[in-house]
Amino acid sequence: MTTTPEKATDLVSLTIDGIQVSVPKDTLVIRAAEQVGVQIPRFCDHPLLAPVGACRQCLVDVPDAGNGRGFPKPQASCTLPVAEGMVVNTQATSPVADKAQQGIMEFLLINHPLDCPVCDKGGECPLQNQAMTNGRGDSRFSAGGGVKRTFPKPISISPQVLLDRERCIVCQRCTRFAAEIPGDPFIALVERGAQQQIGIAEDAPFLSYFSGNVIQICPVGALTSAEYRFRSRPFDLVSTPGVGEHDSCGAAIRIDHRRGKVMRRLSGEDPEVNEEWITDKDRFAFHYATQADRLTYPQVRDRVEDGGDGSLRPASWPEAFAVAARGLAAAGGVGVLTGGRLTAEDAYAYSKFARVSLGTNDIDFRSRPLSAEEASFLAAEVALRSPGNGGVSYADLETASSVVLAGLEPEDEAGTIFLRLRKAVRARGTRVVAVAPYATRGLSKLSAQVVRTAPGAEAAAIAGLDGVDAGSVILVGERLATVPGALSAAAALARRTGARLAWVPRRAGDRGAVEAGCLPNLLPGGRPVADAQARVDAGTTWGVDHLPDAAGRDADEIVAALVSGELGGLVIGGVDPDDTADPAATRAAIEAASFVVALELRETDVTRAADVVFPVAPVVDKAGTFVTWEGRPRPFEAVFASPGSLPDVRVLAGIAEELDRPLGFRTILEARAEMQEMGPWDGERAGHTAVDAVPAGGDGFALATWKLLVDNGSMQHGDKAYLATGRVAVARLSPAAYDAHGPIVTLTGDRGSVTLPAEPADLDDDVVWVPANSFGNGVLAGLASPGSRVTIAKGDPA
Amino acid sequence: MTTLTPVLTDNWGDERAWTLAAYEARGGYQALDKAFAMAPDAVIESVKESGLRGRGGAGFPTGMKWGFIPQDNPKPKYLVVNADESEPGTCKDIPLMMASPHTLVEGVIISSYAIRANKAFIYIRGEVLHVIRRVQRAVEEAYAAGHLGTDIHGSGFDLDVVVHAGAGAYICGEETALLEGLEGRRGQPRLRPPFPAVAGLYASPTVINNVESIASVPSIIANGHHWFSSMGTEKSKGFGIFSLSGHVQTPGQYEAPLGITLRELIELAGGIREGHELKFWTPGGSSTPLLTAEHLDVPLDFEGVGAAGSMLGTRALQIFDDTTCVVRATLRWTEFYKHESCGKCTPCREGTWWLVQVLSALEKGQGSEADLDLLLDQCDNILGRSFCALADGAVSPITSSIKYFRDEYIAHLTGGGCPFDPSRTTAWAGQEVTA
Repeated sequence: MTTTPEKATDLVSLTIDGIQVSVPKDTLVIRAAEQVGVQIPRFCDHPLLAPVGACRQCLVDVPDAGNGRGFPKPQASCTLPVAEGMVVNTQATSPVADKAQQGIMEFLLINHPLDCPVCDKGGECPLQNQAMTNGRGDSRFSAGGGVKRTFPKPISISPQVLLDRERCIVCQRCTRFAAEIPGDPFIALVERGAQQQIGIAEDAPFLSYFSGNVIQICPVGALTSAEYRFRSRPFDLVSTPGVGEHDSCGAAIRIDHRRGKVMRRLSGEDPEVNEEWITDKDRFAFHYATQADRLTYPQVRDRVEDGGDGSLRPASWPEAFAVAARGLAAAGGVGVLTGGRLTAEDAYAYSKFARVSLGTNDIDFRSRPLSAEEASFLAAEVALRSPGNGGVSYADLETASSVVLAGLEPEDEAGTIFLRLRKAVRARGTRVVAVAPYATRGLSKLSAQVVRTAPGAEAAAIAGLDGVDAGSVILVGERLATVPGALSAAAALARRTGARLAWVPRRAGDRGAVEAGCLPNLLPGGRPVADAQARVDAGTTWGVDHLPDAAGRDADEIVAALVSGELGGLVIGGVDPDDTADPAATRAAIEAASFVVALELRETDVTRAADVVFPVAPVVDKAGTFVTWEGRPRPFEAVFASPGSLPDVRVLAGIAEELDRPLGFRTILEARAEMQEMGPWDGERAGHTAVDAVPAGGDGFALATWKLLVDNGSMQHGDKAYLATGRVAVARLSPAAYDAHGPIVTLTGDRGSVTLPAEPADLDDDVVWVPANSFGNGVLAGLASPGSRVTIAKGDPA
Repeated sequence: MTTLTPVLTDNWGDERAWTLAAYEARGGYQALDKAFAMAPDAVIESVKESGLRGRGGAGFPTGMKWGFIPQDNPKPKYLVVNADESEPGTCKDIPLMMASPHTLVEGVIISSYAIRANKAFIYIRGEVLHVIRRVQRAVEEAYAAGHLGTDIHGSGFDLDVVVHAGAGAYICGEETALLEGLEGRRGQPRLRPPFPAVAGLYASPTVINNVESIASVPSIIANGHHWFSSMGTEKSKGFGIFSLSGHVQTPGQYEAPLGITLRELIELAGGIREGHELKFWTPGGSSTPLLTAEHLDVPLDFEGVGAAGSMLGTRALQIFDDTTCVVRATLRWTEFYKHESCGKCTPCREGTWWLVQVLSALEKGQGSEADLDLLLDQCDNILGRSFCALADGAVSPITSSIKYFRDEYIAHLTGGGCPFDPSRTTAWAGQEVTA
C-alpha cells in the first residue's frame, strides 16, 4: 500500500479498534487503520485516485466523530477523513461493521459469475481474497434460487483491453483512472441499476497510451488484456522487478514469467518515479525479445578475399572473438556506434573498449539526428547531474512554479513525465509552457500554454519566453539537437532566470551512455576528453598510460569517415540505420567499411552486412542499470539465467582480450564495480560552446515530426493487439493548408514521398507534422530530415 | 376539525390560472416589490422566522439552508429548483406548476434575490412535457413583463431563469444527482462534503429547494412570517399540499396546515371507497414506511409521523383499502426501486435486484417463513449502508409491511399463492360485465 509521503506537520489523533494513532490531517480512515495494522476490505478505494465511496465494502462503525457524537449509520472509511478524538471500530472490534461488510460482500457476489477457475484474476483477485476473509462460505442467493444477471462474454473496449461485464463490480477504478490520471475519459458508466456497466462510445474505443493500467487496478477479472488472457495462472508465475526499457523515464515494472518465458508485465510501485502507472509500451511491448529473427549464435563471414563464398556462417564464440579482433586490428581506424538500448554497464564497456582496446574517441551513442552543439551541451549541462546533485527529479516537476517543454512531447516520448505533469497541473495548477509546432492532444491534457513554433525557430522561441523564474523547470528533448542554437538558448534561459534545466532523451540507455562516456568528447563520469587531467584520471583507473587525446568523431563524422575511407572498421550495436540522421549515408558507411562487427539482438540490415555478428542479451537475460532523464540510476537484475545469452559487456571483453588490450572485466557486476571505483569527475566540467540560432525559412512546408508512443519501432514487434492501439498516421496541416490540399496529401521531401490522410490542426501555414516512424521506413529514410522543407500535393483519394 | 388552507392551490380553479394575466389579477408578482424593498438578508431572516421547512421530503429549514451560502465566495451563486417530482404517490409539484407556474416563478425571483443568485434553474422531470412547456411559457411571459431579466422592477436585481428538462431518472430527484444531470453528466449522487451550499452547481455555492418550498416564499413575504408560522404545529409550521391517492372517494391535492390527521383528510376526501376499510397507507410516498388504520390520528407533521415510525416525506398519502394485497403492493414498489437504482453503490444496485426475486417468489407462495427473515436481513444490510437515501427508501415498504402484515406474507406461503383478487382493488372493480 502506497502512502504518499506528506510532510507530517498537522497530526490528528484518533482511536481505531481501541488503539491510539496519530496521522496527518486529511488522512482517510481507511489508511489510518493501516497504520494500526487493520486492513479494511475495499474495492473502489485506490490511494492515487479520488475517493468515490461506491462499493461500500469498507464500512466501519464510528461511535464518536470527534465531536462527541457518533454516526448513526456505518460510514465508508474510504471517504471519511480523520478528526481529532474520532473513535473508529472496524470489523475487528465492531459487530456492526463486520455485519455491514459481510452484507456488502454478499451483495457483490450475487451477480458475480463463478468462473474463478478460468478467470485471469483468479489467485490474485481482491474480490476472491476478500470474499474469503470477509464473506460467508455459502450463497443465500443461490440457495434461494436466485437468478444472476448475465451479459455476453467479453466485449472489446480497445484492441488491447477486453471487458467481461458479468465480473464487473462497477467500482469505477478504471473510469476514474482514465479521467483523472491520463485524462483519457473514453470509458464511462452506462445503463443503470444492475445493468450498469462500463462502456465506450461507438466510435471512440479506449485508446489511451496508459490503458493497461486499468487491467492492473481492476479489483476483479472484468478487464483483461487480449494478449495475456487465459495464458497463465497468477500462482504459476514468478515475479521479478525490472525497469522499463522503452524510454528514459525508468518506470518500475514487474515482470511475471513462467518456465523461462515472460507472460506479462505489470507496473511496479515507485512513488519517486512512476508511482503505480506505466505506459502501454512498457507493459505490452516485450515480445521483441522472442521473435523468430532473434540471433542465438555468433556468425562470421567467409570473406571472398579469403576464399569463402561471402556468406555469414555460424561460429563458435572463441572463433568469433578472434575473427572480430583480427579484423578490427587490421581495419585501420575503427569507429564505434551504439544505440539507445544499452544499459549503463554495457555503455561503459563500449566506452572503455573504444578508448583502451581501439585507442580512439570515435564513439557516439546518438543513433539519431545530432549536432556538435548537443555534444557540448551534454558535457556541460547534463552529465553528472542527478536528483540531489543539481538535477531535476519527478518530484521537482510537481513543485515547480512552471514547466517549459521544448522539443519534447511528453505523452509520446516520456509517458511517466506526462503523468507526473498532469498530476501537478491537476493538483497545483502548475503552468506548463510548450514550445511546439501545435497544441497536441497531450499538451491540451496538460492545459499547456503552447508557444507555437515552426521547426527551426525553437531557439528564438526559447530565448523569447517570459514568465520563467527560479522556480521553473525547463525540459528539453533530444529533438532540439537538430535546431542550431536551441540547446544554447535553453541553457542561456536557465542561467538568466535561475530555472533548472533537464535534458530528456527518448531511449532508456541514452542518459547512461552520456555518463559512461559514449561520446566523442566525454570519458566515463563526465571527464572531458579535452582535459588532460581527466584523461590521466580515467587512465589511472583503467591502468593504462595513455588515452587518446585527439577529439573524437561524432556519429555523423564516423559515417562520413567510413564512406571516405578515413576509417575502415566499425563496431556497431543496437543501431537502426533508419533512425540515423541520414539513413542512406549510414547504410553506405556500413557497406564501405572494410570490417564491421555487429552486436545485435535480432537480425537486421546491419547484421546482414556485418563481417562478424554477435548475439547479445535482451534486458530480461541480463542485469544492468538504466539511468533516467533525471540522472537517477535504476539498477535491475536478470530475470532469466540464459548461459547462451551474453550481455554486450561480455562480448566486448572477449574481443578486447583477443586484441590483447583487455577491458579488465567480463561481467556486469565487475563492470559496475569498476564504474563505482572510477566515480564521477570532480574536476572542472566542460564548458558549453554556445551556438547562434540560424534563421529558418525556405519554400514549401517545414517538416515537424516526432515518434509516437506506439509506432513501428522494432522493440514493439510481436503484440498485434498492442500495435492496434497505435494512433493512425496522419499528416497535420494548418486549416488553410488542409483546405488547399486535404483530405489526402502527398508529401515529397529530398528522400522520398508519402501519401497520408490529412487532419487540420493549429499549425503555422507553412508547417506540416507527420509521425516519425508510423509509415514505411520512417520519415528520415522515406521523406526528409526534420526541420527541412517538403512540398505537399493533393493526394489521390484512391 | 382542521380545515383546508388554500394558499398555493387557491387559484387553481381560476379561468386560465396559469397565465400571467390571471396570476397578476390576483395580486401576483406584488410580493416581489415587497421583497426588493427589503435587504436580501432580511428576506432570509423572514423565511427563517416563518419556520418554513423543505417541502421535498427531508424537512430541512429553508431559511437556514439559504444562510449557509457563503456570501464572501467570489463565485456566482445559483438557485436550483428541484421539480423532478418522481416519488411514487407524490403529486403536488406537477399540478402546482401546471395550474399556477407563476407562483413558482415569483418564488424563484424572491429566493434568488435573497441568496444573491443571478441565475436560477428549474429542473423539471422530463416525462411531464406539458408541465415543462407551461413553465417555459410562464418564464417567457415573466421576461416579457419585466419580472425577469435585468433590473427587475427597477430594483437593480438581475435574474435569468433556465427551465431544464430531466432525462427520466428517479435518482435525479436526489439533489446532488440532479446537479450532475444539470451539468450534463450522468445522474448519480455526489460525494458530500463538499455540500452544495459551498460547491454545488459548477462547483459554486448553490441552493437547491423543492418547488413547493420556493412557491411558498411569495406568500410568506406578502403576508409576513407571523401569518405563516401561525399555521401548523410547533416545529412544523405552515401549510402544505397533501396528495391523496388510491382508495378514497375524491383523490386529489388538499392544502392544509401541517399537523392535520389522515382521519380528517379522508373525511375531506369523502371517505374510503364505498364498502371498504382503510388497510394501510404511506404518509410521504413509497419511500416512507407504511402506516395502518391505527395511525389515523397521527398528526401529519415532521415530528408526529416520525414518532409513529415513519416520515412525513412529501405528504404523498397513498391510501389502500382491504382489497389490497400488501405483498403485491410492496413487490411493485420494490420493482420500481430496482428499476431506478442508479447502480453507483453495491447495496442498492445488487440489493434491489435480489429483493425483487425474493418478494416475487413470496408473492407466488414459494419459499418459507425463513425467507421473511432473509428479506429483513437483506434490508438490514441495505438500510444505512448505501451511498444515498434511495436504498433506504427501497427497504421501507418491505420492513414496514412485514412489521404490520407478517401474517399476510405467511398466508401466501400457506395458501400457495396470493389470497387476494387484484381486480378488486381497481377503480372499475365490480363493474365487470360478463359476455
